[in-house]
Amino acid sequence: VFVVNLWPSIFQGCFVFKPSAKKKKTALSLGALNFQQINNHQQNMFCLCKALQDELNRNILDSLLDFTRKCSSTRQHSDWASQMRASEIPTAALVLGVNVPDHDMTFQSLSDLLQQSVTPHVASVQAKECGALKHLMKRVLERLMDTVVDDEDEEEAEQTSAQLNKSVHCSLSTLCAWYNAKTKRCSHVGDDLQSPPLVIIFKDLEAFNPRVLQDFILICSRYIERLPLMFIFGIATSPSTIQHMLPHSVSSLLCIELFQSLSCTQHLATVIDKLILTPQFPFKLNGKVMQVLISIFLYHDFSVRNFIKGIQLALLEHFHSQPLSVLCCKKKAALLNVMHLGPQDLERIRQLQSFKRYVEKQDPQEQVNLFTDDTHLKEVCQKLIKNLRQYHKNYYPILRCLHTLTSSLPRYPLGKQIRELHLICLDKNIWENEDYQSAMKLLKMLAKDQLIALLQRCEEILQAAKSKNIKMALFMFLNNYYLTVAAEPSPSVEDSITSPVKNLQKKTDLFQLQKTLLEMNESRRSKKLSPFEALRNEALEFIDSLVKSDILPSCSSQTLNEVCYYTSSATVRRHLNATPRTSIQAALNIPYYYLQNDRLKTEDGIVSNAAPDICIVYKLHLECGRLINLYDWLEAYSTVVSAAEGNDPGSDNFGKVDDVKHARFIRAVSELEFLGFIKSTKQKTDHVARLTWGGC
Amino acid sequence: MSSLLQHPGHEEESLQRVSDQLPCREVQAGTLLSLMGQPHQYSYPSIFIYGHRSSGKSHVLHVLLKELELPHAPVSCVECVSVALLFEQVLLSFFGADAASLLPRSPSLSDFVRVYRNQCSQSPAEQTRYIVMEKAELLRDADANLLPALLRLQELVEDNVTVILLSEIVWDKFRPNTGCFEPLLLHFPDYSKGELQHILSHDRHPSYSAEFYSSYINILLGVFYSVCRDLRELRHLPHAMNVAFTCFCVSSVKETDTHKLWRNMEPHLKKAMQTVYLREVSSLQWEKMQQMEEKESGALRGLSAHTHVELPYYSKFLLIAAYLASYNPARTDKRFFLKHHGKIRKTNFLKKNEKTSNHLLGPKPFPLDRLLAIFYSVVDSRVAPTASIFSQISSLVTLQLLTQVSHDDQLDAPKYKCAVSMDFICAISRTVNFEIVNYLYDFL
Repeated sequence: VFVVNLWPSIFQGCFVFKPSAKKKKTALSLGALNFQQINNHQQNMFCLCKALQDELNRNILDSLLDFTRKCSSTRQHSDWASQMRASEIPTAALVLGVNVPDHDMTFQSLSDLLQQSVTPHVASVQAKECGALKHLMKRVLERLMDTVVDDEDEEEAEQTSAQLNKSVHCSLSTLCAWYNAKTKRCSHVGDDLQSPPLVIIFKDLEAFNPRVLQDFILICSRYIERLPLMFIFGIATSPSTIQHMLPHSVSSLLCIELFQSLSCTQHLATVIDKLILTPQFPFKLNGKVMQVLISIFLYHDFSVRNFIKGIQLALLEHFHSQPLSVLCCKKKAALLNVMHLGPQDLERIRQLQSFKRYVEKQDPQEQVNLFTDDTHLKEVCQKLIKNLRQYHKNYYPILRCLHTLTSSLPRYPLGKQIRELHLICLDKNIWENEDYQSAMKLLKMLAKDQLIALLQRCEEILQAAKSKNIKMALFMFLNNYYLTVAAEPSPSVEDSITSPVKNLQKKTDLFQLQKTLLEMNESRRSKKLSPFEALRNEALEFIDSLVKSDILPSCSSQTLNEVCYYTSSATVRRHLNATPRTSIQAALNIPYYYLQNDRLKTEDGIVSNAAPDICIVYKLHLECGRLINLYDWLEAYSTVVSAAEGNDPGSDNFGKVDDVKHARFIRAVSELEFLGFIKSTKQKTDHVARLTWGGC
Repeated sequence: MSSLLQHPGHEEESLQRVSDQLPCREVQAGTLLSLMGQPHQYSYPSIFIYGHRSSGKSHVLHVLLKELELPHAPVSCVECVSVALLFEQVLLSFFGADAASLLPRSPSLSDFVRVYRNQCSQSPAEQTRYIVMEKAELLRDADANLLPALLRLQELVEDNVTVILLSEIVWDKFRPNTGCFEPLLLHFPDYSKGELQHILSHDRHPSYSAEFYSSYINILLGVFYSVCRDLRELRHLPHAMNVAFTCFCVSSVKETDTHKLWRNMEPHLKKAMQTVYLREVSSLQWEKMQQMEEKESGALRGLSAHTHVELPYYSKFLLIAAYLASYNPARTDKRFFLKHHGKIRKTNFLKKNEKTSNHLLGPKPFPLDRLLAIFYSVVDSRVAPTASIFSQISSLVTLQLLTQVSHDDQLDAPKYKCAVSMDFICAISRTVNFEIVNYLYDFL
């Protein structure tokens, strides 16, 4: 009944502003620019994601490839051990985690790699296409042999290819014959890999019917001497499912080796690290959007692919909804684009919250200039954009530094993962946070060797950072600190403490004891800091100042941050985490929300009598109790609709039920039943039961 | 020994080869041979052989028919998903590919008989033809007329053909209601310990003396015979233990010192009992582990040790809610999930038949509504009823952590069951700080 328009806006963002040649020649319109930018961004991100994916899967894919190679090579050996194992089917159990949507990519690259380097014969099957043994067999044969396999159930195939495929029957002996023919032909060419293995990938083991799988394995094991078969099981939960699915008599036919892939949370950490915590991409997400994406990941699906999709959605939305996003690109292009800004865009800049804040800090003359002189504004904008870039360049290395220092503290005051720290920093100034204070206190209590190790790691991070400015010089300073700290022999604290204790050992009375203890306490409190402690404090104060200075004030306080940061978390949530129930209710309550017809515009809580029938019926049913009398309902409906038709309330016909109204009413009621708001009941005649509660 | 296999009509030499390949099965082979008679004689129409797994049924027949070069068609009933495949394989191995292609699509039994008679009139049998059906118990699930027809195939096709059925189940379980031709029954008994040792010693690695290897097998059987008498499993073991064995052989000089061998091997064998025997660890991995053992021990865990499953936060709570719904009676929901439930004691709930623990009875089905109601009261924060909550339920079903009880087509009020164990759910609820035991009716 109601079509919820979620996506058109995005497509408009992509396709409405296609760069036509004519436009390019004249002034570069914002739209055209936007389109190019989106393309650039998307491409960069896609490349990076693909590279990341490959990188993350490399280890496990490599070991799988090794496994297949080894299996196929041991078959050809004829030593005692491999002869004894010849009756087992080599099987790789690949544990991939519960985020099933992500697996497709992994299996795709796995089968590509296998085909490139080990064997041309790879078949992957999914549970949903293999309901019965026959189907499984058919799929496997089809994919291995690249032909249509005869299946007596399919009538349409009979006429066309009956003669051709008469001999191709769904059995492994067919496969055997085919394989022998194939390898015989190949063996003339090269002798290095005489019998490439036949790899069968079961993408989702859990979903397979255990019976089918058992039979298939039994059949395969009959042919293992003639066919170098190999299985790869894709497992989403845990390897013990193999034992749940296969009885011992079947699993003893397999030689199972376990491969465990990276956990999806680690995967996400890497993606965030490479995609978000980097100044490489000018496009950023603000704290709330990040929070939405991360919580969808952690609470709902564990799917890295969906997370990346979320970022893409945010990117499209940002470029579509924020005209100033033309400035969100590489530095040179951004500076150039500033010069192309029209008066309208400059006005938009003046309206920005962050810009207003910036203006307030300037002296009056400057303020006037900024609001009246366009060229001056452009210059200032260029400067501000440079500042923003500089800020990002500094931000990420320092963030990593702070994370290395705090991530090992007890009870993780600033979070275990760097993304938590990042979220804190995105929202507000971090030093105002209580946890930050406690983290700094805890840092001061660290042992010397721990602290030095941490500082060393910080140094590595800062050195890897590209920013050339003063920080390097400052860092040298820091460097000196810990070198001297390291060189310092641990101060002999014991001396000062042990001496009074020695005194104590002499015979003393109670008063004396009290006195000495007090003295000890006093001396300890007023004791001068050891050189190590002094240096430590200095080092930490330096880090603190680094954080507090221009480096980690919250991102939302930066001038012109609106250009780069996407802020509409509600949009992202609405699109990625849809709530069908809420949408239906919104549509029924406020039809204007989706239909956008001015006649439907009403005040809160009232439905215009021109609304669609179902809305009126819905509204009326909210006023009823658990059981609804159909006739009363119809009367009420007819009254409302009559008013909409403009009938005079005084006339006789007003509110009379005619056939058309009756039919419309029945249709609306059955639609409500279809949507699950009411159902028929046998408790009372001519009544229906409500399935929701609450209402007016 | 070979005297057992003396039989007119077959060459002495090939009989000798047969008896070499069939240690400890001479009696059965001899019976079979005498049943078969001389190649040109008609044999009994159908023979039913039964015995436990790996008691040598297929092996004996395979060796006999192959070494004596008798025409035969080996058929595995697992492989024959349809009768067409069965017919095709038989025709293929008796008359060649041309005959098999004469069968129409989806052939019936009479089609098969027609084609068979047709072919057999062209090339009549000079020797008895044998059809060997492995895993014959699956024939019971096929068409009702298939098994009786196979049993008297000789009459139907008027050819010198014998059907041999191999099964792990006794004939009594096969006999159809309508009655049928009774095949000759032949039982293959299990191997005794001595026979097992004799057979296992055949697989000896070429570098050891027969006597020494046999004493090693003796030790191995001493450990494993009490838990496993399956020859196939036992054959897998000496090979898996090979590394330890070789290590020992390199270190010790005297091959005759069996006592020393025992002392060295026993710990390895005991360890293998827990992992290799159960196929928790594949033989390849076990081998690798043994090689590594000097460097680091106990790095490898079996398959069942990996039971940990990482789930999204709400999926965990959905699973917990499903577990509660499966194991608590619906009447008690009020007591667990309502804040002011008043004082309701367990005794008030107890009905006569519910004295047994629900955990012994297994999970009960519950409707989706109840699952969601428990979910919302169990999860500590407010959760919007988003589409992804529902999709998580269906993905839990595909992961086999929940099972859908009602039919797939039933969209209205689907019913589910929770399919995870108590240990699993306890581990899950520990990760979200949820005390599941407090909410279970059985543990009140």
